[in-house]
Amino acid sequence: MNEERRKERLDRGIKVRTEGIYAISSWEEMGYLLLPRLALICGMLALPLVLPIYWQRVISSVCIYSLLALGFDFLAHFLGLVSLGGAFFIGTGGYIAAILNTSLGLPPVLTLPVATIGGGAICTLLLYPCLPLRGVYFAIVTLMYPLVLARIIEALDIMGGTEGILGVASFPNRWIEQYGILVIVIVSLFGLRRLVNEDIGLVFRGVKDNDQAVKASALSINFYKSIAVFIASALGCLAGAYLVHIYMWSGISQFALDFSIIPIAATVIGGGGTLVGPILGCFILVPISELLRAFGTLRIVFYSLILVAFIVFRSEGIMVYAQRKYHQFERWVKV
Amino acid sequence: MDILIYGIINSISLALIAIGFALVYGISRLANFAHGALYVVNGFIVWSILNILQINYILSIILSLIIIGIIGAAIYQFILIRVRGMAISEIIASYAIGLAMLEGLRWGGFKGMTYTLPVFIEGSIEISGIPVDFQRILVVLIGVLVVFLLWIFTHYNRIGLALRGMAQDERAAMMLGIDSDRMALVAMALGSLLAGLAAVLLLPMGNIVVEAGYNKLIMAIAVCIVGGLGSWVGAVLAAFLIGFAQIITVKYIASHFHMVVALLAIIITLIFRPSGLFGRQKELEERV
Repeated sequence: MNEERRKERLDRGIKVRTEGIYAISSWEEMGYLLLPRLALICGMLALPLVLPIYWQRVISSVCIYSLLALGFDFLAHFLGLVSLGGAFFIGTGGYIAAILNTSLGLPPVLTLPVATIGGGAICTLLLYPCLPLRGVYFAIVTLMYPLVLARIIEALDIMGGTEGILGVASFPNRWIEQYGILVIVIVSLFGLRRLVNEDIGLVFRGVKDNDQAVKASALSINFYKSIAVFIASALGCLAGAYLVHIYMWSGISQFALDFSIIPIAATVIGGGGTLVGPILGCFILVPISELLRAFGTLRIVFYSLILVAFIVFRSEGIMVYAQRKYHQFERWVKV
Repeated sequence: MDILIYGIINSISLALIAIGFALVYGISRLANFAHGALYVVNGFIVWSILNILQINYILSIILSLIIIGIIGAAIYQFILIRVRGMAISEIIASYAIGLAMLEGLRWGGFKGMTYTLPVFIEGSIEISGIPVDFQRILVVLIGVLVVFLLWIFTHYNRIGLALRGMAQDERAAMMLGIDSDRMALVAMALGSLLAGLAAVLLLPMGNIVVEAGYNKLIMAIAVCIVGGLGSWVGAVLAAFLIGFAQIITVKYIASHFHMVVALLAIIITLIFRPSGLFGRQKELEERV
């Protein structure tokens, strides 16, 4: 009875059919394609309606981390640039929005786009000299940027020093606040997914897999890397600006390591390289850490341990696993 | 004159903190981001042994060094060994372990100004008009001794030679029958022990606080990167460079800039010369 068997994985027929023009040939195929996407969009848009009032506040912070995680996943798995500087983006965007709002009196409708574009440009400019660096070196440099900016603000006592900038305008009401950021997350998710499947996405992946080949094709690696860093940092700065307007305050705690760590943890748990995974990870991790708020710093211990467990034992993440189950079936066959 | 004296003391302290990090990275190419956490944890271990078990100070230090070495080895054996070779996973995993240890300590109530270790010898001495307490002199002496012993160990001992062989060329070392995983384990234990030793020497000059874990990690990284990751001689030289740079900025500009010097040193070195001032240039591995 002890015959050897192995697990065989095959693509579902419907998956193969929906990859081509046949996708629109029947309701079944369309449903197969649309179901996960619609479930995600509808689920996210329904959240502010169904959640109790306390948890509604968490939605915005989940979305802020989601934007960061999206940028991290995009840079890490499509460009091969591991950026540990989520806090750098948040801080830059946050300070720009706060300064524009308090000193020039611009409303959030204007500060958000200006902080996004301007912050993205500033971050790209500052990170530009580090772009040729590989792997660990780039990771360490980006980890150091938020720390050094926070210390400089503290030491020179500029931009409010340790007190921060107070009295930033908030959003008119919570519906605008929550639906605004939910729509931003959804749009950037699907926008990025489209982008990485365009021609430029191919170049991005080329930069990750074999940069010498890209160079040999007479394409400037630094140019493509800076475009990608601009996209990721603009997302981060938008998140930072949003955060500042929600809390009506901007300070050096926005350069805190939390903003660098949680998005990475979310990407590892949710499944890197899928772009949806990191958002899913944020929707799991951030509420958990909110639940554990009563335990103080124990929650940091808790999510560090989750992170270690996932990275060591289940490095593929939830989303990759779920996609495999959705697209493929498994069966045992005799060897 | 005071710049010289404080500069030397600061530099040796930096070298003590960084040498464990440099050792682990040099041998197993593993950036141990839990280094700062091990430093603080050992402070608390000594404190606990001293105050709960109430045994001799010297004995409790030795005991704590053994414990921290075992902790480091355990971290490698049970966790880091599985992600070995994937640089980013190593960094994230070790950093998360460090974070868990530090925040666990904070949650366990180890915070505030109440936790201090006694100095080894009370009192101070005047060197050309500047009072220096004995603890700082001891730090300099032991620091020099540790670097010297480490040099002897890696040049005249079978395990030390094996470690150095692995640092130079892991594949060739494996071909000569050196067990790469076991040596990495030894390196990690030794590195943790050195972090613990630095803690024992430096912590009596202040409070044991959790935040020190993050600062010391940054210091260790700064020294190792400026010196060239993996280069031990470079790490010691860079410790002097950064040590003096810090003391000079603190004296002539402002004490707030203490950390900024280290952080800027990391960024500037990485941008212009990723292999550090004294490291071997490996252009293709570092840059595109």
